Amino acid sequence: MRTFPRRLAVAVIVAAIVVFLSIKLNSFRDYQIAEIAFEVTAIAGLTVLTGLSGQISLGNGAFMAVGGYATALLLLHLAWPFYAALVVAAAVTAAAGAVVGVAAARLRGPYLAGATLMLAVALPAIAYAWPATFGGDQGLSITFTTPAFLGVNFPPTRWLAWVASLVALIVLVLLANLSQSRIGRNWRAVRDDEVAAALDGINVAASRILAFVVSATCAGVAGALLAIVTTLVAPGAFTITVSIALVTAAVIGGLGSLAGALWGSLVIVLVPTYVTDVATNHGLSSSVGANIPIAAYGAVLILVMLVFPEGIQGGLRRLLSLFTGPTGPDQKSRTWRVAPPAHVTPSTDEAPAGQHEKEGTS
Amino acid sequence: MKRSQRLRWQVAAIATVAALGVAACSSSSSSTTTSTTSSTAPLTASAPGITPTTITIGSHQPLTGPAAPGYSEIAPASNAYFQYVNANGGIYGRKIIYKYLNDAYDPTTTASVVRQLVLQDNVYAIFNGLGTPTHLAVVSFLNSEKVPDVFVASGCDCWDNPTTYPETFGFQLDYIREGKILGQYVAQNFKGKKIAYFYQDDEFGMDGVKGLNYEIPASQVVAQESYVTTNVNIAPQVAALRASGAQVVVAFSIPAFTALLKLYSLKLGFNPQLVVSDVGEDPITLSGLLEAFAKQSGATVNGNALINGIISDGYLPALSTSDPWYNLFVKIHNQYDAKEPLDGNFFYGMAAAYTFVEAMFKAGRNPTRADLVSAINGGLPQGPFVAPLAYSPTDHDGATGAYIGIIQNGVLVQKGPVEITDTTATGAVTPYTGSEQTPSANGIPSS
Repeated sequence: MRTFPRRLAVAVIVAAIVVFLSIKLNSFRDYQIAEIAFEVTAIAGLTVLTGLSGQISLGNGAFMAVGGYATALLLLHLAWPFYAALVVAAAVTAAAGAVVGVAAARLRGPYLAGATLMLAVALPAIAYAWPATFGGDQGLSITFTTPAFLGVNFPPTRWLAWVASLVALIVLVLLANLSQSRIGRNWRAVRDDEVAAALDGINVAASRILAFVVSATCAGVAGALLAIVTTLVAPGAFTITVSIALVTAAVIGGLGSLAGALWGSLVIVLVPTYVTDVATNHGLSSSVGANIPIAAYGAVLILVMLVFPEGIQGGLRRLLSLFTGPTGPDQKSRTWRVAPPAHVTPSTDEAPAGQHEKEGTS
Repeated sequence: MKRSQRLRWQVAAIATVAALGVAACSSSSSSTTTSTTSSTAPLTASAPGITPTTITIGSHQPLTGPAAPGYSEIAPASNAYFQYVNANGGIYGRKIIYKYLNDAYDPTTTASVVRQLVLQDNVYAIFNGLGTPTHLAVVSFLNSEKVPDVFVASGCDCWDNPTTYPETFGFQLDYIREGKILGQYVAQNFKGKKIAYFYQDDEFGMDGVKGLNYEIPASQVVAQESYVTTNVNIAPQVAALRASGAQVVVAFSIPAFTALLKLYSLKLGFNPQLVVSDVGEDPITLSGLLEAFAKQSGATVNGNALINGIISDGYLPALSTSDPWYNLFVKIHNQYDAKEPLDGNFFYGMAAAYTFVEAMFKAGRNPTRADLVSAINGGLPQGPFVAPLAYSPTDHDGATGAYIGIIQNGVLVQKGPVEITDTTATGAVTPYTGSEQTPSANGIPSS
């Protein structure tokens, strides 16, 4: 079993790699590192919600909006330091997540997806209702300055990459801990069989709500990071497309896996730029070239689903097991793999599938 | 176990559907032209994006998404003009490389692609970045990086702020001036009629409404309805306009929403006189959209017939073979950009590129980024515009005037003189007494 210090060590190594890369690569790549950092934070929260507690959310983009706007308002009107604003933004989003979570705990599958979808569509529209506060379609522009001790020539995007990556790593370490704790075990028990979990003394509804709160908080932190990275929070940044892209990235990376969240964020940040460059270098006309990244995105999704049904992380693990031979259950539940694949899921489910539909949680 | 398998299927199904939905968040395209010519004096790499043989500039453009219809033609038209200049000696012998990336009219994407252009591709300047909400996402970044941000493709008055944004220059008639010119016409020609506004809920629409309100008596305005580009269902707004009994509707809307306004009005049997801002009325784009939207809902309409009689304005000459600029740009279009339609967007893209080439010649043989900014601050000739350009150290607006026109048989026909005005509440709207300029023989501004 991995312990907290061991996870911390992994995080420190990753942080060192980020610092190294950010110095080696150009400023735009630094900006992309910052983008990856906020994406991975949001996706990690979602992958824990869906992979561990078994709830689907199409509304995490809306929670990002809550975090982003909270941060922007605190920075603009109260001139708070970012780190204080980040903590408050996370708390505000957690509260929002709790409200939605109470309703969500009663819903299952497509109904939950539908309810959270509504959230994703409706919440950013609030910005249009009170343009004086939220800036309407333009959103709120903020500035995020590089601290003076780094000197005037320090690239601002490198500092952004550092801050965003540090926050993302802290979130990932905390999520890894949480998923291995009693709370994480409760989530898995509830996901696999609610009746069995309830019989074991787990408060099913509370467990589901807590998962929602954790997921929303991660999205809120991601929204706060997005605010300082793009220096803008606007409704256009939190559309339904963004919420769906988060789900897509979690699935591509490998549901329930924090490492998978990283793969997913790499795919959605880097693939469009890469494909664009390729299309450009082949001199495609603008009407064709502009649509190629969309096609590539779809192709990647279909390919991953066909070749690696358990996402990139699942595929990597399977490739790895070709070399190391069949692995025991201990290795299947390593730190970065918080949800065991379905075929080794510890399950008390002996009943026919149809019976689940009648069981409630309250 | 069963449950978690089922969950996987559900999530996978939703994600697959998502792949289809992601069409709104696409990526980009660009185009390049290179070659070399010799020159008499040494050309140096005087600034980022400038080499002895090339000038690389960038832009963000909506090549996909809600603003793409019509506007996606602008950058290819600009690029056609640059190719024409490149083939005829370039700018002091340097070729222009124009790299325009798709932001799908989404501010977050704009923030990302503009950083790519500036930080990675090292462009000399951002040219003609399109859209008010999109460009607002990058205007402070460009100014803090001291990148010339020239001829923003948006009439927001916000670009005219030389103190805060010394690098940024507007281009087209700003929406306050446009609102005043349209407003004066409406006030004079529809005395006592009930007037309503339909506008985009951002700086674009609100600047327009500000200008209208300077000229139209408040007592005549019976309704003000706004829309957001992310919601194409404007049935409630159109119903409210109809209920207000408005006889004239003034619209500050992008082409797609002008078309929707017309179609929803048609559905409700509501037929007011439409007065539409220049950015939302390009006749060819508009009639095409009307026919496409009607087709989607199973109806057939004649786009040109529907837009007949719409009142608008123009700060560039009407598309007509009697205009020397039109003839020049059509010639270049047929050579380099023949696939795109010959509409107002094509003319706009060409005019923007022409103005940029003019400014680059003025900036000197080996310009720094600051040289371009001071060249524009020193003022630019009127070029293809119908009224003078405002550029000075204290004014970063572009066009200052326009004529009123009425759409007849698919073209905007000029009615009345060119009117000029300023952006203040009290500044009068007065006829412009100067005349249009004509292009030089080879169609390239000279140094």
